[in-house]
Amino acid sequence: MTTGLGPVYDGISHLFLTFDDLIPVLAMAVLAGLNGPAAGRRVLVALPFAWFAGGLAGFAARAPLLPPWVTALSFIVVGGLAAMDRRLAPNFVAGLALALGLVHGWLNGDGIASAGREAMGLVGIGGAIFVLTALISAFIVSLRRPWTRVVARVAGSWTAAIGLLLLGWTLSGRG
Amino acid sequence: MTGRGRRYSLRIGLAGAALLVASPAWAHVQQGQAAGFLAGLRHPVSGPDHILAMVAVGLWGAQLGAPGIWLLPVTFPVVMAFGGFLGLLGVALPGVELGIAASGVLLGAMVAREARPPLWVAAALVAFFAVFHGHAHGTELPPGQSALMYSVGFVTATGALHGLGIAIGEIHRWEWGRWALRVAGLGVAGAGVFFLWGAVR
Repeated sequence: MTTGLGPVYDGISHLFLTFDDLIPVLAMAVLAGLNGPAAGRRVLVALPFAWFAGGLAGFAARAPLLPPWVTALSFIVVGGLAAMDRRLAPNFVAGLALALGLVHGWLNGDGIASAGREAMGLVGIGGAIFVLTALISAFIVSLRRPWTRVVARVAGSWTAAIGLLLLGWTLSGRG
Repeated sequence: MTGRGRRYSLRIGLAGAALLVASPAWAHVQQGQAAGFLAGLRHPVSGPDHILAMVAVGLWGAQLGAPGIWLLPVTFPVVMAFGGFLGLLGVALPGVELGIAASGVLLGAMVAREARPPLWVAAALVAFFAVFHGHAHGTELPPGQSALMYSVGFVTATGALHGLGIAIGEIHRWEWGRWALRVAGLGVAGAGVFFLWGAVR
C-alpha cells in the first residue's frame, strides 16, 4: 500500500485495507477483551511485538514460512474461541497472540521485501495493531450487559465461519 | 471569519491537498475485493428458499429466548460455512435441494408450533440444515473476485437475515405477536412444501 506519506503510513493503511490481517487482529482483540483485563494487557504487548518481530524475520528471509491456508486457520481458531467464550488463562491467550503475530507478521515482512519496500512499514503495522487492540479489547472488557457480550461472541462465530470458507477456497486452489 | 474558523479551514485545506498529492495505491494490489464482497452479500438473499430458512432461524430463536436466541444464529453461520467447506473440497452431499426445501418445512413448523425442544435438539436441527445451505451456496464465487471478501459478504448477509428474523420475532412479547409469528411459521412451512414439491418433481 502506497499512501505517498512514507512507509510508516503505508503500514498503517495496509492493516486497515487488508482484511486477511485486519479480521484476525479484531478477533484477537475481542478474544482478549472477553478474557478480562489481564489477558487484554498481555495481548496488547504480545500481538504488536510478535507481529513486528515476525515481520522483521520475514523481511530478512524473503520466503514464505508457512502454507497460505495457515491464515485461514488463524480465523477459525481465534474466532472459534471467541464464539465459545470459555474462560482461558491469560498466558494462553497471550501465547495465541504471539503465534498469530509471528505468522501474519512474517507474511507481511515477506510481502514488503518482495515488493521492494522499506521495513519501516512494519512499524506502522505494529503501531496500528497496538492502537486497535487497545481500543477494541478495552471496549469489550468494559461491556457489562449480557447481550453485548453475545454480540462479541457472534462476531467471533462470523470470523470462524469466514475462516472455514477461506480454508476451503485455499485448499481447493480457488482462493 | 474568526481565528478558530480560519484554523479549521486551513486544516481542511491541508487535508485536501495531502489527498491530492498522495500517489495512487498500486503496491500490494488486491483485485475483486468490492465485487467479491457484493457477490457474497447478494448470494444468500438471491433465493427465497434461503431467505425463508434463515429468517425462520431468527424467528425461532426469538421464540426460544435466551440462550436459544443467540445459540441458533451462532450455530447456523459456522455450520453453514462447514457445508461450504465440504462443497469446496468436492465432498458430495446427496439431496442438497431436498435438504434446503425440507429446512423451510421443518423450521417453519417449529415456529408455527412454538416448539421448545431441548436446546441441543434445536441446535442440532439448525446445524443439520445449515450444512445443505452452505454446500449449495457457499461455493459459488464468480471468477476474478476475492474469495475472502466473498466469504465476508456471504456470512454477513446470512447473519443479517438471522438478525432480521430475531427483530421480527421480538413481537412474541405480545399476545397478538405470538399469533402473528405462528401464522408466519405456517407461511414458511407452506413455502417449504412448495419448494419441496419443486425439488422432488
